[in-house]
Amino acid sequence: MSESLARTPLYDLHVELGARLVPFAGWEMPVQYTGIIEEHMAVRKTAGLFDVSHMGEARIRGRDAAAFLDRIMTNELSTLKPGAARYTVMCQPDGGCVDDLIIYRFSETEFLICLNASNAPKDIAWMRSLIGNAKVEVLDECTAWAQLAIQGPLAEQILALTTALPLATIRRFGFLVGEVAGASGCVVSRTGYTGSAGFEIYLPAASATQVARALLAAGKPHGLIPAGLGARDSLRLEAGYPLYGHEISERISPIQAGLGWTVKFAKTHFVGREALRRQAEGGPASSVVKFSLNDRRIARQGATVYAGEIAVGEVLSGTHSPVLNKPIGTALIAAGYANAAELTVDIRGTHLPLTISVEPFIK
Amino acid sequence: MSQVPAQLRYTKDHEWIRLEADGTATIGITDHAQAALGDVTFVDLPKVGKSFAAGEVFGTVESVKAASDLYCPLAGDIVEANTGLNDAPDLVNREPYGGAWMIRVKVKNPADVALLLDAAAYSASL
Repeated sequence: MSESLARTPLYDLHVELGARLVPFAGWEMPVQYTGIIEEHMAVRKTAGLFDVSHMGEARIRGRDAAAFLDRIMTNELSTLKPGAARYTVMCQPDGGCVDDLIIYRFSETEFLICLNASNAPKDIAWMRSLIGNAKVEVLDECTAWAQLAIQGPLAEQILALTTALPLATIRRFGFLVGEVAGASGCVVSRTGYTGSAGFEIYLPAASATQVARALLAAGKPHGLIPAGLGARDSLRLEAGYPLYGHEISERISPIQAGLGWTVKFAKTHFVGREALRRQAEGGPASSVVKFSLNDRRIARQGATVYAGEIAVGEVLSGTHSPVLNKPIGTALIAAGYANAAELTVDIRGTHLPLTISVEPFIK
Repeated sequence: MSQVPAQLRYTKDHEWIRLEADGTATIGITDHAQAALGDVTFVDLPKVGKSFAAGEVFGTVESVKAASDLYCPLAGDIVEANTGLNDAPDLVNREPYGGAWMIRVKVKNPADVALLLDAAAYSASL
């Protein structure tokens, strides 16, 4: 099994740091270093450094690049300014999600797309299949880039110790290209997947270890610790961010997932538009909700949700929230039941009341 | 490396057993088990008086990552359960052989003790 798993450029550093490595989306990735809760709280209170080099990248280049992206994505990319990034979903004709992505615009004719690790080959093949006569290239740059995420209230202060880039001028979903810890050609963006402030850094794969070591050394006196995929998952759930394969998938559309804000029906055509429009107007058959439990048991993926005796949904993600100190999660609930007063979830035969949360779990 | 105290007995399911002078056995999970589970958030234990066969599930330990069954290593009746773990499940990570003991069982058949692993055999299985 393990010989087929890919390793990021930071693999040796993870081993040196004592990470527990697990298979994830075809990669051997650190799930934790010191403990998921400790790493989670570091991101909320000081800062954490994540290796997210498993994420894929594709460069979209050519005269028709912006029009091409407008045609295959739910969000509008032609209005994106160079130096800015935008979150979007890429849909099938039936409205199901091929992937969710962040797209960075470098120039009028050049974009970089961040892809989910497990979807990267599928995404690139999908995009290429839709080129048609457009003057555009889809370049696979997955192995060219490493990615680090430095997240937490002290992330900016720590990152500033390693770069002369004017970080304060980078707005949310903005980015600059420049040198970090002596490595040139880094894309530094004010984005993240934790709900805390911070940056994501796309860097040439060969520079990854040098930059990660410099950040860890600079940040150590400020409480920066390495953080793994375990904390990344509990952080994103607290923040209410979807994860492909859970809250969105080929069977769960952006309308169902509460991502209607990324779907720009003002565009006259894009893949999935008609199906998504029907869902948005008629209401989808089921939708994703956030919930918490007043218990210590975690409702995990696949657990059944009931309204009285009727099965009305299933849990999509579940974890322990270190900030709330209780279980939280998401569930796909049949239309008409999302606001039902007395939903319960079956955890190993025990039905526990589930509290639907409209607001994010953290501010 | 995980700790395996020499004076305890073990199972291949990563429970430890301390045989007490009064014919009871105190049971918990090993250092290896807590490390594999990660941060423990909940321990579901049985009520005093319940009986279990050897190998039967007596409870659940839940971590951020997963829920795992707990297997009763010796047949017997529960004479005490560690209710302190309700408020401090993280003791399982910090003191697996101390404050995080889980149940005390009145052992039904003392001869079963011979089937448990000693520290050397358990260490060899890790």
